[in-house]
Formats: sequence, C-alpha cells, structure tokens
Amino acid sequence: MKGVRHYPGFLAMTIICLVVLYAPLAVVAVYSFNGSTSITQWGGVSLRWYGDVFTGPEAGRFGQAAWNSLTIALIASTAATAIATAAALAMIRGGVFRGRQASFALINLPLMVPEIVIAVSTLIFFSTIGLTTGYLTILLAHLTFCIPFAYLPIAARLEGIEGHYEQAARDLYATRAQAFRLILLPLMMPGIVSGWLLAFIISLDDFIITNFVKGAGMETLPTAIFGSVKQGIKPNIMAISTLMLGVSVLFVTAAYLINRKGQKTP
Amino acid sequence: MAGPGPSGASGDATYAGLVRPLLLPTWAVVGILMVLPVCLMAVYSFLTKEFRGGVIWDFTLAAYDQFFITRGLFGDEPARIEWTYIGIFWRSIWQAGLATLLCLFIGFPTAWFIATRPARSRGVWLFLITIPYWVNLLIRTVSLKFLIRETGPLNESLMAIGLIDTPLPLVNTNLAVQLGLFYSYLPFMVLPIYAAVERYNFALSEAAADLYASRLATLREVVLPVVKPGIVAGCILVFVPSLGAFLAPDLLGGAKTFMLGSLIDEQFKGSQGNWPFGAAVAMILMTLVMTVLILYARAQARGARR
Repeated sequence: MKGVRHYPGFLAMTIICLVVLYAPLAVVAVYSFNGSTSITQWGGVSLRWYGDVFTGPEAGRFGQAAWNSLTIALIASTAATAIATAAALAMIRGGVFRGRQASFALINLPLMVPEIVIAVSTLIFFSTIGLTTGYLTILLAHLTFCIPFAYLPIAARLEGIEGHYEQAARDLYATRAQAFRLILLPLMMPGIVSGWLLAFIISLDDFIITNFVKGAGMETLPTAIFGSVKQGIKPNIMAISTLMLGVSVLFVTAAYLINRKGQKTP
Repeated sequence: MAGPGPSGASGDATYAGLVRPLLLPTWAVVGILMVLPVCLMAVYSFLTKEFRGGVIWDFTLAAYDQFFITRGLFGDEPARIEWTYIGIFWRSIWQAGLATLLCLFIGFPTAWFIATRPARSRGVWLFLITIPYWVNLLIRTVSLKFLIRETGPLNESLMAIGLIDTPLPLVNTNLAVQLGLFYSYLPFMVLPIYAAVERYNFALSEAAADLYASRLATLREVVLPVVKPGIVAGCILVFVPSLGAFLAPDLLGGAKTFMLGSLIDEQFKGSQGNWPFGAAVAMILMTLVMTVLILYARAQARGARR
C-alpha cells in the first residue's frame, strides 16, 4: 500500500534539502581547482592552489597549524575514548547504582551546554588557576567535549552485546581481566573505533572553544583559516577547505562502514 | 536518539564492583574542566571588571545592570531600560526560532521521504544527510558566504539567466544569518524526525484513509500527534545551538545582525573586553537554554507516564 506513504512534493523538498546542504561545499570544491588568481574569474582547471597550500607563502603557518590540530585531535580523542570506554562499562554493565542518573547527565553535559558558554567558562577557569593559554589548554578543553561523542557509539555497541559470551569464558575459568581482554574488548571494538573516529573529527573541527583558549600565537587549522577568511576568501583557503572536507568525509565514511560491519557480527 | 538512557541498564552487572574506578576519570575530567568552570563563570558575572580585561574580586551586580539598565552616557541620568542588549537577546531568539521553523518546513518532508524508502536505500539517504554535520562548521559557513556574496556564483548565475539585474545584497543581512543558521543545523532536524517516522505504524494512516480522511487530514490528525516527540526533539536540537551561534552571525552578518554569541565573544577579545559582562551574558544565554531543556525533559516525562 504505497498510497498513505506518499505525499506529493516531499521528494522535491528532499532534493531542496540536499541541494542546500551540498551546494556551498560543491561550489567551493569546484572553485578550489580554479587556475585563476581571482576568486570570481574561472581560469581553467588547475592544481596550483593545492600547490600553494604546501609551498606558498602561508605554507609554514598552515603547516604548523595543521600539525597542532592533528596532534591535539590524536591525543584528545584517544584519551576521551579510553575514558568513555570505562564509563560505558560502568553505565551499561554496572547494574543499578547510586549516582547513575548524575553520571549519565555528566557524560552528556558537554552536548547540552552551549559551545560559547563552554568556551567562556573554560577560559575563565584557566585564567583563574593561572594556566597560560596555549597547546595544553586547547588539549584539555578538547578532551572534555570529545567524551560524549566517543561515549555514544561505544555505549550503543556494548548494549547490543549479550552477557553470554563473557559468562561462557568465566565458566571456563577465565579471569575477569581475561574475559574482558579476550572476549568483551574485541566485541566492543567496532563501537570503540567509530567513537574514536567521531571524537577525532569533532576535535579537528572545533573552532569556537579553541578560539577562546588558544592564546596568542597558537593556531589550529580552523583558527588559522578563520584568521585568513577575515581578510577575505582567498583561493588557497578554498583548497585547504576542500582538503579538510575530504578528511571529514573519509573519517565519517570509515566510522559508518565499521559500525555497519560490526552490526552484522554478534 | 541520545543513546542508552539512564533506564537502559541491562540486567548484566558484571562490572558492578568496579563502577567507581570506571567512572572516576569521567567525573574528574568533566567535573573539573566543565562543571567547575561553569560555576566559576557564574561567580565572575558578579565581579568588577578591570580595564585591561580581567577582573577585580569585588562583588557587584554591575554586569547584569549594564545588560538591562542604562543611566545615560555619563551615568548621571535617571535609570531607564537599556534596549541595546535586550534587542540583541530578542534578535537571537527570533533568528533561532525562524531557523527552527525553516528547518522543520524542509526537514519534515525530507525525514518522511527517507523513512518511506525501501530499507536498503534508507541508510544511504541518511548518510547523505549526516555527512554535512561532520564537516567543519567554519568551512561550511565560509562556503555559504562564498556562494551568496555579491559577486559570488549565486548572484552571477541569477544575473546570467536574467532573473535579476543587480546583485542581491545578501551578505551582512539578517537574511544571510538566517540562511546560515538554517544551513548549519538542518541535519539536526531531519535525524530525530526520521527516527520517529521510521517507528510510525502506517496501518494508522491506512485506517484513516479507509475512513475517507484526506491526505492532509491524515497528516494533521493521525501522523503528527504520533511523531510529535521526534519533531520536538528536532526543534530543540536546532533552536538551542542557533541561540548561541557565533560563526553564522560573525561571518555572514554585520554590526546590525549581532547575536548573543558575538556579543559574548566581543567581551573577551583584547583590552576593550569586559569579562564580568561577558560572563553575565553567557549566564543569561545558559539560563535560557536550560529553561528550554528542562521544559522539554518535563514534557517528555509527562508523555512517558501517559
């Protein structure tokens, strides 16, 4: 019975939705291959702006920013994933305990407080305890807001794993540590990997909080791009944007595929 | 949508004895790096500003006073209501509200359309909606600005096909900010509505059709009440981040399109800043957001009891 599911015009709305979501990105991606120095005139297909990103006058600045972004994202997402995995074990396999509601609220708090409020409060905190803003403060701030993004896929995965597997291992005289390492951890892996990937992307992409706690002279890729864009959109920015776009799409696709593959096995 | 809730504890309690050490890192990190800072921010909003940025530890209501009340340029006139900041507050609310409605208008049909596709292709459609969410918001906003600027591809192509003679001055207007918010948070509207429609039992629609209800009547009287929780969740997910948005008003707007996010940001930049005032505006924003979230949680609890 197709009739009740079909509403005329809904397909058109869906197309509008996708056009709105993708048109700006597609336009920038196309213009990043523009051979002309002007951002308005089309000068044929060329990779010159991609070359400019790596060897041009701003290459050093963007290179340093990219290095900061990548190392921060790597450390913050790895630490957040470890913390989130422990939290998921307690929340899903800890039975009923006091403070469960509060713990749940705490894990998800970074998702509920507006970003700009997190940014302001974190800056105030670091300034009060006398920690100079820089690499370390960015790292600490990122670690905090990455936790819920890592937690969600891990907890969802753990919820879907039945207790029998560990039970069987324990019945065969495996210690709890062995049952965890040999049975539960491999089963949780798809959730852990996609949690890590999402946390990594969230850290790599953050602008607002980083902008508050980065301090003078310290840049990550988004803050460096923001600084350049304030002077006007230049072609090399479009090339960098397209590269970052590619990285995001790659990571999310990986998270999606790993998660889907994970769902097919137990 | 938000993953396993507090009620989702499975009967399995293998790790019951280890709950404390397992949760300790979360409590330590989020407690010290988020709960404590927000409390500190509340305290800061009652402190006295120092002129080079920073604070003096003297308690005062000056920051809130500055937001709501004016005593003239030299502070010697009788107190009147200060409309500047209330205006910015109000603009944030209606910009966020309008963005929410716009997202709903496009997002609901999209979610419905995807949920009524065959199970195999649904995942792909959904994936297409999710990707932009994971793309850097800064890059997305810059892209939008590039597209709609005066000499940008949108104006050029509209002029090329003869629809307009002069470029539309889109950038630096409230409309551009509106478009930016809509574009930023559209996926947030589609996903929860999709989740609700996917669970919807289409036999209800068939029953309504059998009783000669028109399509529109079925949508209004049968579908909407059932999928309402998804719609409300979507609206909150769009409205809340729109309220405190910084990038869209900053990059796409100008001085006349100021929203709370930009106002807060300005207080922490350079020597012109005013930390207590910035903290106070952030407190006002957070109060508004928390009110919305608490009302939502209450409505949800009421719905669950029914």
